[in-house]
Amino acid sequence: MGSTIIVNDLRKHYGQVRAVDGVSFSVEQGEFFGILGPNGAGKTTTLEIVEGLREADSGTVEVLGMRPWPRNSKLLTRIGVQLQATSFFERLTAREQIRTFASLYGVAPKKADEMLAQVGLEDKADTPAERLSGGQGQRLSIACALVHDPDIVFLDEPSAALDPQARRNLWDLLRQINDNGRTVVLTTHYMDEAESLCDRVAIMDDGRILELGAPAALVRGLEAVTRISLETGTLSVESAAEIAGPGASVDDDGVSVTIGTDDPARVLTALAERNLLTGIQVRGATLEDVFLNLTGREYRA
Amino acid sequence: MTAFTSLSRAMLLGWFRDKSALFFSILFPLMFLVLFGGIFSDMGTSKMAVVQVGKVPLLEQAAAGLGDVLEIQKSDDPAAAREKVKEGDVVAAISQQGDTLHVSYSAADQVRSGTVQGVLRQVVSQANAVGVPQRFTMTAQQVEDDSLKAIQYVTPGLLSWAVAMGAAFGAAATLVTWREKRILRRLRLAPVSLGSVVGARVGVSVAIALIQTAIFLGVASLPYFGLRLSAYWWMSIPLIIAGTLTFMAIGLVAGGLAKSAEAASGIANLIVLPMAFLSGSFIPLDASPGWLQTLSNVFPLKHLNQALLDVMVRGQGPLSVLPELGIVLAFGLVISLIAMKVFRWDSV
Repeated sequence: MGSTIIVNDLRKHYGQVRAVDGVSFSVEQGEFFGILGPNGAGKTTTLEIVEGLREADSGTVEVLGMRPWPRNSKLLTRIGVQLQATSFFERLTAREQIRTFASLYGVAPKKADEMLAQVGLEDKADTPAERLSGGQGQRLSIACALVHDPDIVFLDEPSAALDPQARRNLWDLLRQINDNGRTVVLTTHYMDEAESLCDRVAIMDDGRILELGAPAALVRGLEAVTRISLETGTLSVESAAEIAGPGASVDDDGVSVTIGTDDPARVLTALAERNLLTGIQVRGATLEDVFLNLTGREYRA
Repeated sequence: MTAFTSLSRAMLLGWFRDKSALFFSILFPLMFLVLFGGIFSDMGTSKMAVVQVGKVPLLEQAAAGLGDVLEIQKSDDPAAAREKVKEGDVVAAISQQGDTLHVSYSAADQVRSGTVQGVLRQVVSQANAVGVPQRFTMTAQQVEDDSLKAIQYVTPGLLSWAVAMGAAFGAAATLVTWREKRILRRLRLAPVSLGSVVGARVGVSVAIALIQTAIFLGVASLPYFGLRLSAYWWMSIPLIIAGTLTFMAIGLVAGGLAKSAEAASGIANLIVLPMAFLSGSFIPLDASPGWLQTLSNVFPLKHLNQALLDVMVRGQGPLSVLPELGIVLAFGLVISLIAMKVFRWDSV
């Protein structure tokens, strides 16, 4: 187990804009690594430099022990890239698309067809790529990225513009890819996606990495408040404040009474003693709170 | 399959399935061919005009019977009469020296000159039948003419225009859509050389141009249009290939400058269409003012037209068009250098 990707103090400026401003991280073999941040945070530029599409102004990148810039064919056969927009040849069917991509890597058509089946598109094989739905298109483009069995897969915003059902399906597919032992690097602006999929996540804003770690560890490290909600009327605001004790907040919006506390165990025990646990909701902090805490502003994708 | 063949295949399939590309590169030029070659060549009176030079007693004897087939004009100037034939004002010039009937005709209109010859042969044989022993003979001679008519002229011009348009649009549209759809970036991330990507596109464009040529010549050679190719027409193949390369380069410049596929085809159109008019693809330049004929030399299409016309219908030898071939390729080289300057992998 070694680092497959090592990025050190990467910088890229466009005129006055510092798209990437001193980014360092490393990705372990077999890891599911996420780069999370709002649009314009520098995620895509970082990814493009790592893939070898752009040259960094300064800093070093090593992927599988090789430099991605200038273009390195030996490295290209070992990485799979799915781009932000679904890049397909015009007027070709799904099968023709993936076979064309397969042949670029010297992979046999049979293997391409298998890959198509693996992403669940065998019944769409003869459909022109333009007529696939958003989710099907993404699955096809992921299949095209995987057809040559790469060691590392890069995915740039794979679930952008998908409906919730298609997103869930895609997540299952991505987990499968990772379970097969591949390293997966993904950018996303969805907090829930990063939380659900990634072993580790780098939170980026303004071209810098603000925090890096396992999603659960990041959230735990927050010492953020836990919100406990009950139906309005089951508990008066006064008695809620009494239970919560000093330092906690109590709020009643007419639907729920919400107690915000940094000592949820004590509050929950008190509620249990009063037999008030029916219909209770407990929400811990999420990556969104981490982002809020780091930047002092609300997360907006 | 190698990267080269699979990319070529992908592009060819994309082209075959693109109805509008098929229309504009095949059907649209054919419509022009029908228009110019078919309709215009049928224009004129049904009576065929011939000019009688000096005294032709044989013709005068038969004149009464020929009245509804031939319209006989008279002239005493053999040179002027030949000129009239050359210009296609009359089908043939007829003179008589002693017992020999001399007919001058133009190759531009083979059908009608053939008819006139047939009619005159009949006149001669009738006269022979009457006066035994055989007195009259007839010789026929083609006027080598510089101003070809209708289908003979129209075919090379329209073909070079169709090929130019197909190559320029194909290159421009591919470049822009591949850039917009990020296929170019995707290809950069695959272990394929730039050479096989460019090579595949060039190969496909050349293949399309040759398909266009085959269909075009096939249709024009139908009896209805009556194109007659000269012996060295095969020299048009290297010329077509050179033209394809040059106009692909023009398309690549358009594609490099344009931000969308629509803009790219607009720019390509803006370059190719006026050039086609000014290079004599539609209308012969022979009749145009001198300054226009001079100006037309700055367009590669003019040289392509000229060379195609020379080898396809004027019957000139393959070596005679080498200068034009060189000029077209030189244009291609210069424009390719410009195309490389304006080339972008990415839209941002």
